[in-house]
Amino acid sequence: MVGFLTLLKKEILRFWKVGFQTILAPIVSSLLYLLIFNQAFAAHVEAYPDIPYSIFLIPGLIMMAVIQNAFANSSSSLIQSKISGNIVFVLLSPLSYKEVFYAYILASTIRGLLVGMGVYIVTLLFFDMPPMFLPIWALLFIIIGSAILGALGIIAGIWAEKFDQLAAFQNFIILPLTFLSGVFYTIHSLPYVWQKLSHINPFFYLIDGFRYGFFGVSDVSPYVSLIIVTACFIGISKIAINMLKTGYKLRH
Amino acid sequence: MNSAIELIKVCKRYGSLNALHNIDLDIQAGEFFALLGPNGAGKTTLINIIAGLTLADSGSTKVMGHEVIQQYDDARRNLGVVPQELVFDPFFTVREALTIQSGYYGIRNNDSWINEIIHNLGLTDKADTNMRALSGGMKRRVLVAQALVHKPPVIILDEPTAGVDVALRQTLWDFINQLNRDGHTIVLTTHYLEEAEILCNRVAMLKQGKLVALDTMQNLISGISGYTLRLKLFPDTLPAELNKKLINYNGEYYLFDVDSYGQIEFILASLRRINIKVLDMNILQPDLEKVFVNMMHNGATQ
Ligand SMILES: Nc1ncnc2c1ncn2[C@@H]1O[C@H](COP(=O)(O)OP(=O)(O)OP(=O)(O)O)[C@@H](O)[C@H]1O
Ligand SMILES: [Mg+2]
Repeated sequence: MVGFLTLLKKEILRFWKVGFQTILAPIVSSLLYLLIFNQAFAAHVEAYPDIPYSIFLIPGLIMMAVIQNAFANSSSSLIQSKISGNIVFVLLSPLSYKEVFYAYILASTIRGLLVGMGVYIVTLLFFDMPPMFLPIWALLFIIIGSAILGALGIIAGIWAEKFDQLAAFQNFIILPLTFLSGVFYTIHSLPYVWQKLSHINPFFYLIDGFRYGFFGVSDVSPYVSLIIVTACFIGISKIAINMLKTGYKLRH
Repeated sequence: MNSAIELIKVCKRYGSLNALHNIDLDIQAGEFFALLGPNGAGKTTLINIIAGLTLADSGSTKVMGHEVIQQYDDARRNLGVVPQELVFDPFFTVREALTIQSGYYGIRNNDSWINEIIHNLGLTDKADTNMRALSGGMKRRVLVAQALVHKPPVIILDEPTAGVDVALRQTLWDFINQLNRDGHTIVLTTHYLEEAEILCNRVAMLKQGKLVALDTMQNLISGISGYTLRLKLFPDTLPAELNKKLINYNGEYYLFDVDSYGQIEFILASLRRINIKVLDMNILQPDLEKVFVNMMHNGATQ
């Protein structure tokens, strides 16, 4: 337990010590997105009746920031340790693969939560947000979302051997899944084929369920979303844990 | 006696390269052991297999009786490794790095031992300096310190004195010797053979992934018959009859292999016959370096 807590603390310190880049910067850029999209689209897009576009946009942008930062946390930590070689300090220690796994995804989740809450608090200053419909749902989805991306970050961080491979993972997998998940629109506004395609995107359920926590409205039932994202977390975790267990690309 | 490190038929290939071939090695608890070999011989690969950083293709490896893969928890708790590469985490200071490393081994309040290590390795002034700001030699000291935070019974040092100044080399060896006297098993690799000769009781030599020598320091050195005679002559020539005994001439000194003192007489007599004066003369005792050179050139397998 001490070993796990030490690694967790180290992983938290790692982003906390550079909090300007890892927490503050993403909050500011989300706010910029919000202001710009709101200016550009507010007049043209209606998502749900009774909910102005700017307000509709907020949960999506929060989840987008959470997704990006939870992923960045575990993946960049791992690839930096691998490239600089200091991963040996963890590999030499008796830390079990499960302890390593949980420490990394928990650190990712904490960073995801901090960024998510930061974006939320800042938007409260700029927009007239109605009170959250069911905060517990929002919290649940933000935690599972961070954990999924933390686990994906472990997979990408172990698999990638160079920074550009990690960037490719981010640009060709994480980013498209995020943009095609309904961050900026409801999928009901999409053509039929795209609606169907969105349903195989796990990030869609993250954002839809998260939005339910805010407004009490969603494209699919939040229970369905919860089941799907939980299953998704378990599946991705299994892969990440197995990579750590077998020492894939870590113990040659 | 019990084994600190036990390898049975360990093999490791990298593609077509045989990095380690059928290594059998048994290092007893309490030994001060040297693992020697030229660049690329497989020393680091062997150490990494013991540490669980590299997975062997076949064979079994144990640390203090614990299998390094199946019983990794016990095996790793019993082992401290100083890696050959100068690795560090730029986010932390020396003391933070040592506290974190202790935590990985489940040790919470380790300050008094950490202070002792810091003191013994001459790091007191740098304890609160960020790792990034340390010189190479200082980083090497921290690597040694990190390997010792959990007081492991078995300590492996992979070229710990590369890039380290004379003063620290002395303090480092004093400290490691003290640990050995306290019962810790020490395994070290180095390219400074005098260092190994002074410190170690037993030696293994690797050549292209094969174990070519494994014996006590004493046996290896006394196993070399004879001495080396080193002469400086005037005029700088040699009678033909001595040419076959000559092993080296460096432009100044002649080196001869001699089996006995009687042969020295013979060499001197033949020089005197043609009026060659001896300006300087040394009889060099056999040393580890000679053993090493013989092993690497002849490829004799014991
Ligand atoms: N990850 C790897 N992939 C491919 N080949 C490797 C790898 N690691 C080591 N080797 C090869 O295995 C051989 C043994 O390397 P090793 O690092 O064990 O040598 P060494 O005895 O420690 O040498 P040195 O004295 O230079 O440290 C070398 O030929 C090396 O090129
Ligand atoms: Mg080496």
